Amino acid sequence: MRGASVIGVGMIPFGKYPDRTLADLGWPAVVAALKDAGVAPGQIEAAYCGTALGGMMAGQRVLGRIGLTGIPVTNIENACSSSSTALRQAVMAVRAGVHDMVLVIGVEKLTKFGGGTLPLEEEDWEVRHGLSMPALYAMRAQRYMHEFGATAADLAAVSVKNRANGVHNPDAQMRSAVSLEEVLASRMIAEPFTLLQCCPTGDGAAAIVVCADAVAARFRSDPVRVIASDLTSGRFMPGFRDMTTPEITVRGAAEAYEEAGVGPGDIDVAEIHDAFSIAELLYYEAFGMCGRGEAAALLASGATAIGGRVAFNPSGGLLAKGHPVGATGAAQVVEVVRQLRGQCGARQQPDAKVGLTHATGGGISGFDHGACSIHIFAR
Amino acid sequence: MSDRPICELTPGPDDEPWFAATARGVLLLRHCDDCGELHFPPRPICPHCFSDRTAFRESSGSGTIYSFSILRRVAVPYCIAYVTLDEGPTMLSNIVDCPFDRIAIGQRVRVVFRDSANGLKVPMFAPG
Ligand SMILES: [Zn+2]
Repeated sequence: MRGASVIGVGMIPFGKYPDRTLADLGWPAVVAALKDAGVAPGQIEAAYCGTALGGMMAGQRVLGRIGLTGIPVTNIENACSSSSTALRQAVMAVRAGVHDMVLVIGVEKLTKFGGGTLPLEEEDWEVRHGLSMPALYAMRAQRYMHEFGATAADLAAVSVKNRANGVHNPDAQMRSAVSLEEVLASRMIAEPFTLLQCCPTGDGAAAIVVCADAVAARFRSDPVRVIASDLTSGRFMPGFRDMTTPEITVRGAAEAYEEAGVGPGDIDVAEIHDAFSIAELLYYEAFGMCGRGEAAALLASGATAIGGRVAFNPSGGLLAKGHPVGATGAAQVVEVVRQLRGQCGARQQPDAKVGLTHATGGGISGFDHGACSIHIFAR
Repeated sequence: MSDRPICELTPGPDDEPWFAATARGVLLLRHCDDCGELHFPPRPICPHCFSDRTAFRESSGSGTIYSFSILRRVAVPYCIAYVTLDEGPTMLSNIVDCPFDRIAIGQRVRVVFRDSANGLKVPMFAPG
């Protein structure tokens, strides 16, 4: 099978852009990615656009603004995994030999909802009974604290680390550091989460140029190879559910490691789905970085900070960079590619060779999550 | 510790017997006659084994709080919880009739019923 490489990435700084249309959020990210790759629009053979709430024909709306038209455009909705799912479609098309050069877009405009938590599908039983994303993660956190003795300060330390990383990322929505005391003293949203343990909502866009390995060197001397491209959906659990282990990510991680032929010890940098503080702790364990119940100690050891054994969310993660749902997966890839190229300045993980992205989401009855897409990259 | 207002609910074609039971103060689960497993929320096809030989079965209405949280940033704060029923299935619900600071993981609870905006009875749980 042919391999696929990333030769171009671009994004707009995540934030609140109530006056811009979705198309106007998206096209500057596409232009940045094309320029980064040194690829002309006419060389793009197909495009895959991920958006969760952007409405019909998002990809065509974005690409129409720059005249990149007449090619196959596939629009993809998969909640928080929308644009990482779009990347997987792109990688599969390149690996299969259908296309040599394709574009991935992630774009979202959440300010059109006026702020607050993500609107979920109301036909779902649990949503009608009051479930929201903060509520779901909060119950995970409460149970994790109950079983493993983690404290409110252990959770808050995730926000402190990721907000400190975001200070050095010009594309992050939140660019100020916060102290442990500030995190714990911020307004209570849903026990045990205070405001600063919840990712901000906002708008954003990111784009990726993917091509066949064989042609990558014509465009860049430092292509980043895609060594795993995994997508899975949640398993319905109609009986007992263990909320302290994210089953969909545990399964996805095992699949991705197998595909890439690497293990947890090989990962230098990881952009993972820290929508709420507890999530990053659960994902340390799901990705095999430590044993069950050991996540808080791993964080406290500094192993997941920039310069540690594996830097988690050097971009600031969802907690600092922001979480425009459909754009998140593509933006994670932007960061990991820049890390593997050594372009990240003050937030650079030294000598990063292998990186991982992980976007998971969707709140529906009986599932840990609806979707999960994991990619592993190497230089 | 007031109750969350429950929006108007529209029962699907398979839900009529379920809401008829809640009107009598009974919580129904769904049982599979092929694999013997219970599930919730009830559906015509068994999610364990794909059988269509499923039937309603009464729950005792007793369970244990698996996890919970108090949602504060809403018009009327409420306690959301996963309750593991004694019969096995875990269901999402709300904890009512209890001060927020007295709710705990592992607490025993019993089903109570609250009215939706259009008068349907919706199961929630209270200590006891
Ligand atoms: Zn069955």
